[in-house]
Amino acid sequence: MAIQESRAEIIERLSRSGRRGVLRLITCGSVDDGKSTLIGRLLYDSKLLFEDQLHVLERDSKKHGTAGEEIDFALLLDGLEAEREQGITIDVAYRFFATEKRKFVVADTPGHEQYTRNMATGASTADLAIILVDARKGVLTQTLRHTYIAHMMGIRHIVLAVNKMDLAGHSRARFHEIVSQYRKAVEGLEFESITPIPMSARHGDNVTVRSRAMDWHDGPILLEHLEDIDIASDLRSRPFRFPVQWVNRPNLDFRGFAGTVVAGAVKPGDPIVAAQSGKTATVKRIVTADGDLDQAGAGDAVTLVLDREIDIARGDVLAAAEARPEVSDQFAADVLWMHEDALLPGRSYLLKSGTVSVPATVTALKHAVDVNTYEKRPVKQLEMNEIGFCNVNAARPIAFDPYQEIRDTGAFILIDRFTNQTMGAGMIAFGLRRAQNVHLQAMDVTKAARAKLKGQKPAILWFTGLSGAGKSTIANLVEKKLAQAGHHTYSLDGDNVRHGLNRDLGFTDADRVENVRRIGEVAKLFVDAGLIVTCSFISPFRAERALVREMVAAGEFVEVFVDAPLDVLIERDPKGLYRKAQAGEIRNFTGFDSPYEAPETPELRIDTTQATAEDAADRVIAFLRGAGKLG
Amino acid sequence: MNSIGQMISAYADRLSAPAARPHALSAHLKALEAESILIMREVAAEFANPVMLYSIGKDSAVMLHLAMKAFWPSKPPFPLLHVDTTWKFRDMIAFREALREHLGLNILVHINEDGVKRGINPVASGSNLHTQVMKTEALRAALDSHGFDAAFGGARRDEEKSRAKERIFSFRDAGHGWDPRNQRPELWRVFNTRIRKGESIRVFPLSNWAELDIWQYILEEDIPIVPLYFAAERPVVERDGTLIMVDDERLPLNNGETPRTLRIRFRTLGCYPLTGAIVSDADTLEAIVMEMLTARTSERSGRLIDHDEAGSMEKKKREGYF
Repeated sequence: MAIQESRAEIIERLSRSGRRGVLRLITCGSVDDGKSTLIGRLLYDSKLLFEDQLHVLERDSKKHGTAGEEIDFALLLDGLEAEREQGITIDVAYRFFATEKRKFVVADTPGHEQYTRNMATGASTADLAIILVDARKGVLTQTLRHTYIAHMMGIRHIVLAVNKMDLAGHSRARFHEIVSQYRKAVEGLEFESITPIPMSARHGDNVTVRSRAMDWHDGPILLEHLEDIDIASDLRSRPFRFPVQWVNRPNLDFRGFAGTVVAGAVKPGDPIVAAQSGKTATVKRIVTADGDLDQAGAGDAVTLVLDREIDIARGDVLAAAEARPEVSDQFAADVLWMHEDALLPGRSYLLKSGTVSVPATVTALKHAVDVNTYEKRPVKQLEMNEIGFCNVNAARPIAFDPYQEIRDTGAFILIDRFTNQTMGAGMIAFGLRRAQNVHLQAMDVTKAARAKLKGQKPAILWFTGLSGAGKSTIANLVEKKLAQAGHHTYSLDGDNVRHGLNRDLGFTDADRVENVRRIGEVAKLFVDAGLIVTCSFISPFRAERALVREMVAAGEFVEVFVDAPLDVLIERDPKGLYRKAQAGEIRNFTGFDSPYEAPETPELRIDTTQATAEDAADRVIAFLRGAGKLG
Repeated sequence: MNSIGQMISAYADRLSAPAARPHALSAHLKALEAESILIMREVAAEFANPVMLYSIGKDSAVMLHLAMKAFWPSKPPFPLLHVDTTWKFRDMIAFREALREHLGLNILVHINEDGVKRGINPVASGSNLHTQVMKTEALRAALDSHGFDAAFGGARRDEEKSRAKERIFSFRDAGHGWDPRNQRPELWRVFNTRIRKGESIRVFPLSNWAELDIWQYILEEDIPIVPLYFAAERPVVERDGTLIMVDDERLPLNNGETPRTLRIRFRTLGCYPLTGAIVSDADTLEAIVMEMLTARTSERSGRLIDHDEAGSMEKKKREGYF
């Protein structure tokens, strides 16, 4: 090798490009705005393409390209086969390039309406958003949508890239018209900077080289701006936050808490608090494999050793003792829904925030925001790609900060508890005081005392199954037999609930969820009174049955799956409902045009094509006796 | 002890006695390192039975180094798994065994014995069938037999187009299949680790590293790598413009083909008959990095399996290849 450089010189040389750190950005625009072309141009001009990649690009440009004989930069980015065939980008992809000054990570996300969730995904880790506008078309609905999502996801810097200026005669007037149109439209959204740049990505004008055709532009060109913009986040000046990931315990002499500092900084000797428990301690050591540190700041992955043993586990947040996060089980949040099964208020999801996972429900959906007009409108459920402002109720208090202050402790995802799909993303706005002020009134006469008087242990017998399967018939028999044996019972079914407590509810998915939630709450009160409660409801969704199960103590919820095949039920049709459903006279009928999710592990499964109602009731009672419920 | 053994032994000594760094790690590498460590800890905390896929290459070396740092002073709380196609370079196997000895790691080795019996090999069977049977199927079988619910892989998003779209926590169904159209959204640093029995997650802690970052990190952290990455005189034959090293006597020579000795090195390591060498004088890390800075071909161009057909990597990934 001709050039001989020392290790230190090479490291110095390589570090230079990383000196300004890494800028993470997202590009937003539709297929037609030339977004892929822009990113391809940045990769191409920063000389990050290798000869073999260029060769493939030239070959593909001839085969699939839309740029005639020229190189189609967009083809560099469309990774997956199906997309390549359709000529569209469908998902989030990450690209990397570097200049002398800085390293860049680009989240490339699609501009199609149905893929709002992808943009939010890319924006969640981005410092800056490039919003592309076609100079011929000006500000479109999607431009406003992208800006709103960028703002909601906490991006502070916007580049308004007015592209295809070559097709708009490089007109200065047109550029200014678009810029003022944009500024007016996004007036209500606060950003640290909005930088408009006229460009032509296909030719590289004002992307990496200053355009001669647009010599009237006196602002920065894109690459300059990306290299120079100061995103030096003020995260380090925020209060110290450290979600505990993993307890490091190699032997009895060492107990450390491994995690990443997500805000602020910490030094040995600093007082800290475990936010949820309020227990305090002092940091003794900051341990890493490169030796102990004098201090650690936002972004550092370290292991903290404290001066005393306090009870700390994964999910706890260690925080500055003098500036603690909020701790509450109720808070208000913006939620972006990302799944085709709508968000249903009242349904139980798994909420994951930082390192804590906890069941949670949306208790109130205040309004949805139209991302195109920024208008608020009332909704009963949230569909995919919709954004709603909600109250969230977690099963346990969690520690958090407002998202716009500290992203990592203000962000959460909602996971479906049965399919494990990521359903939504949430940004906490503020805690709800209600949780602190409404304390449960502890009564002197307890559930146990009430039950003892009755010589039994309370339980909910939850009969679930399709309409006409025999739920009410069996429940009725069970109650009769229990009453004859001197037990104290109550029975809830569709008739006595739908005509009173729940008469405001219909049969949409959202209403079915709320119906079951209310029934659960009533059944819980009866359990508290020491009763054995039979509940006969179709209750088609697993999530709501799980919700009721969690409302009461372990062993108090007995799920009885009254099972019969649909064709048998259609034949039985005791209430004539299936005939009506088949004729289209009833809508949202479970088993027909509304789904039924069968229990996976019920306490009892009764096949009503095999067992008589009498046998079934005896089996239920035998189960209760076996479980020690009947004294 | 041979030179590989000495190198790993010195590395083990260094890892067990941490000292303050002689010079600060470059800012962007420190950020990448912290991100990878966060990912690894998340897996250790959330999964019952994780494993680290270890391929003996430079990316695996970095991944293992990060794991040693992430859990220090504990050892990584998971085993390593090497899927051995039986056609790896001999130096790679020596390197693996030295790691096992000096770092005290639990390294599982899985060979698809059925494939061996069927005589599957990269030369006669072709790269496609060999990869399918000895890598993809072998990997699936190994994961199944140990019941691993999470597996770390060293893939990077800058390597190949389909990888750029894959999540850091990438869901696999019970058949190990990847569905690029049905990936879970991944926001912030909040990873959805929930799976049902039989399903698994492939985790890519090096997703956001670029090839140059890997080399720079190896240089700054002084991480041992297989000597094949360094230029030396080695016997090679040229086939279809690719330099194939004659690593042992199993490589059948075509009529009139005689191995020549050239000064070569490898940018990527796999099965030796499927891995192209480059002519190079770079025999130190410094020289490799300098060569990288002026390189004009991407590293995967040395991998014959990627060239089989367009979109070949995506196809393989859907079937459970890493």
